Amino acid sequence: MMPELSLNVLDIVQNSVKAKASLISISVLKDTQQRELSISIKDNGCGMTKEQVTRVVDPFYTTRTTRKVGLGVPFFKLSAELTGGRFHIESEPGIGTEISAVYCYEHIDMMPLGDMASTMVSLISVNPDIDFVYTYKKDGQGFALDTREVKTILEGLPVNSNEVLSFIRQYIEENEEEMEEPSN
Amino acid sequence: MKSLAELQAIRDKMKNAINVRESDGDKIRVVVGMATCGIAAGARPVLNSFTEEVAKRGLSNVSVSQTGCIGICQYEPVVEVFMPDGGKTTYVKMTAEKAVRVVNDHLVNGNVVSEYTIGSVAK
Repeated sequence: MMPELSLNVLDIVQNSVKAKASLISISVLKDTQQRELSISIKDNGCGMTKEQVTRVVDPFYTTRTTRKVGLGVPFFKLSAELTGGRFHIESEPGIGTEISAVYCYEHIDMMPLGDMASTMVSLISVNPDIDFVYTYKKDGQGFALDTREVKTILEGLPVNSNEVLSFIRQYIEENEEEMEEPSN
Repeated sequence: MKSLAELQAIRDKMKNAINVRESDGDKIRVVVGMATCGIAAGARPVLNSFTEEVAKRGLSNVSVSQTGCIGICQYEPVVEVFMPDGGKTTYVKMTAEKAVRVVNDHLVNGNVVSEYTIGSVAK
């Protein structure tokens, strides 16, 4: 198991990178009425067939050749189900894949969301050509980071330069903190 | 709320900085294993430590990238360093602190940190 959910996100997104996605959207939505947190990862990669979709939650299914188990999706699914939540995966070959997990966040087995800023910075630093959209919302209010917007502002300068990455880290950290202040 | 407006100032500052680029041919490549096994063992802080330290020292001849599982999950986080002359070093059980030392000793000064390599750990 992963010690925090942001690591599950980092892991699941690797599948999107492998699937040659050019746009990957990650959203974290908190609903304080339902006491639920949902995390979804949507990509425009190569997608999976119906058969692959049913097998991907099986730990003994993987496309890799270096070892015989694939734990990314099973871990993510389990992390949600342990809290009494649910898991859903939808995919279409040639269109892309969307994976979502819903957590009952007050459950004793709820893992902390953790450091999403580090996850996004890691992803952007080694995949500068992929566009990422990270959305964080609490009861419909929130913020987003869209690397397409960032790249427009940068006018051709590298999105994975250190100055830009540390700005992105601060942008996510500060805005998330603001959303979680009790006054909100 | 923090907005993207600050990014414009960062861009202008970057544009004014003199950029010396070296050709990709003689680059040192640092590759961090980022499959489930690597991530669960702590690859994220290792990757970020390499990226930050390389940038801090202005090492334009070093590129940091990621790969999947290379099959030695019990030694994760695993980092491979490929030198322009074809030499390869495999570092195992890495941490953010060890990454800083690999940048300083190996990437800058050319001395492999042998106690972190798979050869000395896997005995």
